[in-house]
Amino acid sequence: MSKNPEFVKFDKVDKSYDGKVLVVKDLQLDIAEGEFITMLGPSGSGKTTCLMMLAGFETPTHGEILLDGNIISNIPPHKRGIGMVFQNYALFPHMTVYENLAFPLRVRKVEKDEIDKKVDKALSMVSLNGFETRMPAQLSGGQQQRVAVARALVFDPAVVLMDEPLGALDKNLRESMQYEIKHIHESIGVTVVYVTHDQSEALTMSNRIAVFNDGKVQQLSNPSELYEKPVNSFVAEFIGENNTFNGEIVDIDKDKCKVKLANSEILANPISVKSKGEKTTVSLRPERALINPSEKMDNMFSGKIEEVIYHGDHTRVRLNLLGSSEFILKVPNSTSNLELKVSQDINIGWNSVDARALDPK
Amino acid sequence: MSSETKQILTTDGIPLEVSLKKAEKKNKIKAFLLVAPLLLFLVITYIFPIGDMFMRSVDDRMVTNMLPKTFKAMEKWENLEELPPEEVYRGFYEDYKVLVEKQEHGKLGQRLNKEKNGFNTITKRLFRQIKRNKIDESISIKEQINKIHKRWRNVEFWLAIKRTAPPYTMAKYLKGMDMYVASDGSIAQVDEDRRIHRILWLRTLEIAFFVTLFSFFMGYPIAHLLATLPMKYSNLLMICVLLPFWTSLLVRTASWMILLQQQGVVNDFFVMIGLVGDDNRPEMMYNKVGTYVAMTQILLPFMVLPLYSVMKTISPSLMRAGKSLGGTPFVAFWKVYFPLTIPGIGAGCLLVFILAIGYYITPALVGGASGTLISNQIAFHMKTTLDWSFASAMGLMLLTGVLVIYWIYNKLVGVDNIKLG
Repeated sequence: MSKNPEFVKFDKVDKSYDGKVLVVKDLQLDIAEGEFITMLGPSGSGKTTCLMMLAGFETPTHGEILLDGNIISNIPPHKRGIGMVFQNYALFPHMTVYENLAFPLRVRKVEKDEIDKKVDKALSMVSLNGFETRMPAQLSGGQQQRVAVARALVFDPAVVLMDEPLGALDKNLRESMQYEIKHIHESIGVTVVYVTHDQSEALTMSNRIAVFNDGKVQQLSNPSELYEKPVNSFVAEFIGENNTFNGEIVDIDKDKCKVKLANSEILANPISVKSKGEKTTVSLRPERALINPSEKMDNMFSGKIEEVIYHGDHTRVRLNLLGSSEFILKVPNSTSNLELKVSQDINIGWNSVDARALDPK
Repeated sequence: MSSETKQILTTDGIPLEVSLKKAEKKNKIKAFLLVAPLLLFLVITYIFPIGDMFMRSVDDRMVTNMLPKTFKAMEKWENLEELPPEEVYRGFYEDYKVLVEKQEHGKLGQRLNKEKNGFNTITKRLFRQIKRNKIDESISIKEQINKIHKRWRNVEFWLAIKRTAPPYTMAKYLKGMDMYVASDGSIAQVDEDRRIHRILWLRTLEIAFFVTLFSFFMGYPIAHLLATLPMKYSNLLMICVLLPFWTSLLVRTASWMILLQQQGVVNDFFVMIGLVGDDNRPEMMYNKVGTYVAMTQILLPFMVLPLYSVMKTISPSLMRAGKSLGGTPFVAFWKVYFPLTIPGIGAGCLLVFILAIGYYITPALVGGASGTLISNQIAFHMKTTLDWSFASAMGLMLLTGVLVIYWIYNKLVGVDNIKLG
């Protein structure tokens, strides 16, 4: 079976609630069949609105949404056949776990035996067999979450939407649920559209991530590319940690450019700058800068340690470098670790490839 | 295991339980003192009056206290088909003489006359004989009394006196259900054309039921709207719902009178739009229609508020979940939303029904003859006939009825399912 690369398609979708402000601007997004795509962004960036439009609870102000080639803007939510996991689970509190799971099947007039079979299968998928007669209030947060996932999958929908489903869980549970949902997705191959504001959640789970800001998709790519190669300073800032330098291009060729800072110059990788004289923000991941690098690097500077914070698996070092006292360095902790002391002077080096000259902030 | 069998001691060697009680004692006393004024208030204004009402409704000690010797002697009267023995006559004569001295004989005559018609005449005759000192205490009193009037020779009259002997009576309760104790002691129904109370009870139940039903059907959508509208609109709507609360009940009822009367606003409007002819204005007041309309409006907030408070707690995502899982809007409402509002429905219906069943002012003003309720009858006996014991009996019957309804509700739905907020 060939996968449809445009299984879900947002075609030039605009959305406004009050006729004055666009919450979603000209959204163009294709989601492939069987894909796990995450909409990531700060609150108010329009990601949940997109999900609600796909589910049918909001209508696009302009443009069309297509599901498997069919325009669905005029189909009411209950006929779309899209499963949804809600932020607060939205389990029916007056029904047992079994009845909750049977609800989508009963409204579809599935036969009793078939319902039993499917409910059993869905519960075993989330390893909750034997919980059929419990009420939702008798379950822990994680169990409720799993029931909600099972309920959204039990009627074999083509697409499942998840609206920050792990937001209410504690950190450990959230991490284990991330893997669980990922594995469920891998085993049944359903298309998942996942909304979150937690970047680590997005990075661990998704095939592709759409970073939303200000009603627009800033970048759509797979997790590693998103982290390693952010295309603009918002994405660089939002995903992971990041050292920035603001400056002006003084020299540029195909894969290198020289950026003039307040009182020095660095070499960087030109991403969204084209010509001399442009303002730019250079972004560098903390783990890409090394202390006393053994190999030759084209950016070498010396800085003074301002602060050393022990983090267990790594140590964060804050440096005063190139006129900024906010330069962060991540040093993995190992037996051969250097003695790092405050107000010590150290040499730092990084490759210009890793220093991405992006749009100015 | 050892902790279960062994007594746990604190570090000072005092048993843990004792120590706990001591620690909590102070708080308990404080808590009690806080509620004590309310408790006292409840006892004085609620429990005590109910007790008093009950005593009043069953109290029948007047005759018992007036004829102590008679009733003492009657204990020896065994063959009830024959006239009582000489001792009973003598006891009655002596009791009556005391009453004559105290000038209370008239009251006895009236009371006995209620028990059996014709007593007034014969007690008055006895009174005149005593006044003229015609009774000779040295010979048989029985024969002398029997000579005064032939009714004294009728055993029925003596049986009537005997029936008034117990200090307590259920007669008022029976009267409230259009029944009475017949002369042979059995419970009988009053004549069909005099059965007014049973009609009133049924009408009270009927009106309370329909008012509850109307309030429910009108209140449910309002409460839903209140719970789902954005804040600025829902506040306004809430004020509209609460506005009647801030207006005097009497004023509201009076305004309904202005609206509903035959020359009133509603009728004028009907005539204006040509719905009814000017000479054919429908009567919307002084009948059941008026009672229904006014009571529903007045009791509506009591339905809306519990419903609203329950609906407010229902997350809107539940309805969305119902729809996204494939339920039509109706199915999502009926299977998901409605069952969750049942606690509010229970609370609202119980509240409105109980309030409606004892409603007084509104039916009194707009109800007319066919729209009055049992409470109006109670008020009538309180104010007009001054038969307080009967009013008390009916009040208690009403209270019992409400408790029974509460009990049935508890059995069917469970009181812990009620949610008032």
